[in-house]
Amino acid sequence: MSDKHLPSSSRRTFMLGAAALPLALAMSRMGHAAALPTAQVNTTGLAVTDTEVIVGQLHSATGTMAISETGSIQAEQLAIDQINAMGGILGRKIKVIKEDGASDWPTFAEKSRKLLVNDKVATVFGCWTSASRKAVLPIFEKENGLLYYPTFYEGLEQSKNVIYTGQEATQQILYGLDWAKKEKGAQKVFLVGSDYIWPRTSMKIARKHIENFQGGKVVGEEYYPLGNTNFNSLINKIKIAKPDCIFAAVVGGSNVAFYKQLKAAGITGAKQFLLTLSVTEDEMLGIGGENFEGFYSSMKYFQTLDNANNKAFVEAFKKAYGPKAVIGDVTQAAYLGPWLWKAAVEKAGSFDVDKVVAASPGIELPTAPEGYVKIHENHHLYSKARIAQGQADGTFKVVAESPELIVPDPFPKGYQ
Amino acid sequence: MSFDEIYNIALMQGFAGLSLFAVLLLMGLGLAIIFGQMGVINMAHGEFMTIGAYTIFLLSSLTETYAPGLIQAYFPFAIVCAFLVAFAFGWLAEWALIRHLYKRPLDTLLATWGLSLGMQQAFRTIIGPKEVSPTLPDWLMGSWSPAEGLDIPINGMFVLGLTIVVTGGVLLALYKSRWGLRVRATVANRSMANAIGINTTRTDRVTFAIGCGIAGVAGAAFTTIGSTGPTSGSLYIVDAFLVVTFGGAASLWGTVVSAFGIAQTQSISEFFLSGSMAKVLTLLLIVTILMLRPQGLFASKVRR
Repeated sequence: MSDKHLPSSSRRTFMLGAAALPLALAMSRMGHAAALPTAQVNTTGLAVTDTEVIVGQLHSATGTMAISETGSIQAEQLAIDQINAMGGILGRKIKVIKEDGASDWPTFAEKSRKLLVNDKVATVFGCWTSASRKAVLPIFEKENGLLYYPTFYEGLEQSKNVIYTGQEATQQILYGLDWAKKEKGAQKVFLVGSDYIWPRTSMKIARKHIENFQGGKVVGEEYYPLGNTNFNSLINKIKIAKPDCIFAAVVGGSNVAFYKQLKAAGITGAKQFLLTLSVTEDEMLGIGGENFEGFYSSMKYFQTLDNANNKAFVEAFKKAYGPKAVIGDVTQAAYLGPWLWKAAVEKAGSFDVDKVVAASPGIELPTAPEGYVKIHENHHLYSKARIAQGQADGTFKVVAESPELIVPDPFPKGYQ
Repeated sequence: MSFDEIYNIALMQGFAGLSLFAVLLLMGLGLAIIFGQMGVINMAHGEFMTIGAYTIFLLSSLTETYAPGLIQAYFPFAIVCAFLVAFAFGWLAEWALIRHLYKRPLDTLLATWGLSLGMQQAFRTIIGPKEVSPTLPDWLMGSWSPAEGLDIPINGMFVLGLTIVVTGGVLLALYKSRWGLRVRATVANRSMANAIGINTTRTDRVTFAIGCGIAGVAGAAFTTIGSTGPTSGSLYIVDAFLVVTFGGAASLWGTVVSAFGIAQTQSISEFFLSGSMAKVLTLLLIVTILMLRPQGLFASKVRR
């Protein structure tokens, strides 16, 4: 018998066996493909086979939010590709079903139902805005799905079915304000934000912290509609109030107009201290380094972070998406999602949502680009807060870092 | 607070109103020609602005790569290009789409809305979903401060100057040139204009294209204020229609006056109230006035 002949004959036996003893065959095939049989790692009818596990990805690839969400889509895909290259999860390759939420919240809800009910995906990486997360939340809770949500957000939420990989409001705000007071002597603070839930909740927390805990004074609090591009009146009000610190959470296209007009009105980093919650490397592309030079941003991650994990991550990201690609805070948080899920699944030894959720608290990720992170009981991450100064070339220079990991506290006492 | 400071703030606040006026007028001008003069509801107006803005971005990147020495000088030239590019696309859109719909004015609403969505997705696919900002020449940035504590934004002055030039040009062309005469004749009575030998088809096409070209100039000017993304146009479109409708659709002077009124109301109320409340107040005022005067501030004396 020639070597060539052998596979076909063995395949024939194989198929004969399959006809005769389907169950036994299934078991034996599994033995080759994976460490654990599918029947054991998937008791709830998820889309898991012997060789692959299907996950969903739900972001806006079109519409207004595509600007922000593209980075998350890329980072999650990169993490999944890397995990697959390492052999996948429990011996199974990850296959992604990509759905487009199209920047429309009802579409997000509809697509999440499709992913959970029709595709039976094991988990979903997705959403960006709080509005989209609120739209899908009831569906994830009803269908018992699992969502990894990457954006820093206003807090005041905790769900069994969501793992929040970005900072909640207190993690981002309190360290920044304390630093501003200590290093810049900020006593009089002017709060500026776009007019929707995230800036308003963030500013509420900031005001409580300044007035009740720091003994400072809020000398102005202003909100402008999303998309507003005219800030000249606001700038005049800032000039009258003469704050030590402008604390800003302006988002989207407004962001660019805000910084361009600050500069045009003579308010520059050299003359005025400004700390923002909403400028990452992504926003910087639009704003332009020359307009943000000298201002400060409070995030947990910056592309210029100097550690080995981050260097490898930045290199891999640029290799995949081009040398000009930039990585913002949310992009990094999105990258954590698949890795945290992998760790939880492996700890649980199962893809079942309940078991993965139960295994999640305490999961550590020492390989995170931002450094070490750990999942808290409340499904948010312990992480460090960082302050960085914008440079003329559009990069950030990290100037401060919280000494310890900050405990996530989505329902802060004394700040409601 | 000293008298000097109050004086400076008042001056800067006055200029804030003026620069908002310039922005609104520039936005509305192209639409005033297309919607006001031709009666076409052009929902893709904002996207023609975006085309202008992207033209500036493209030329700034090209200049940066191939002729970095010219970065201080390219901007005026780029504005002319923005006009020409938007003009060309306007010409194309009129030929392909709009001309079939002159007798069905409400259908133009739907057709141009579709055009606008298509253009947005094209920007996203071809140029990319991220917001971009062109590199501006140094003389356009920063502020002019004639006195301590008084900063007048240079980009604001530039937009104001550009608006005056464009508005003057349009008014002059509309009331003094042969093209203007033909446009006004076509608006007044299409079949009669046709009968006396005016090529109304051609007039329509040129008028539509000029309206789009001006939108391109507006988009170009806005790159000095904000950034450009695929959906930037949708930010402007509501304001543009507001200005034109409030002013009285067929009157260019109405557009000027309405832009001024809206800008001052908005800017002054923004100073004393919060940003979102100012917007509410402005819109409330506009709605009230439109209820009392549905034809807008300046009614046209055209026989329909």
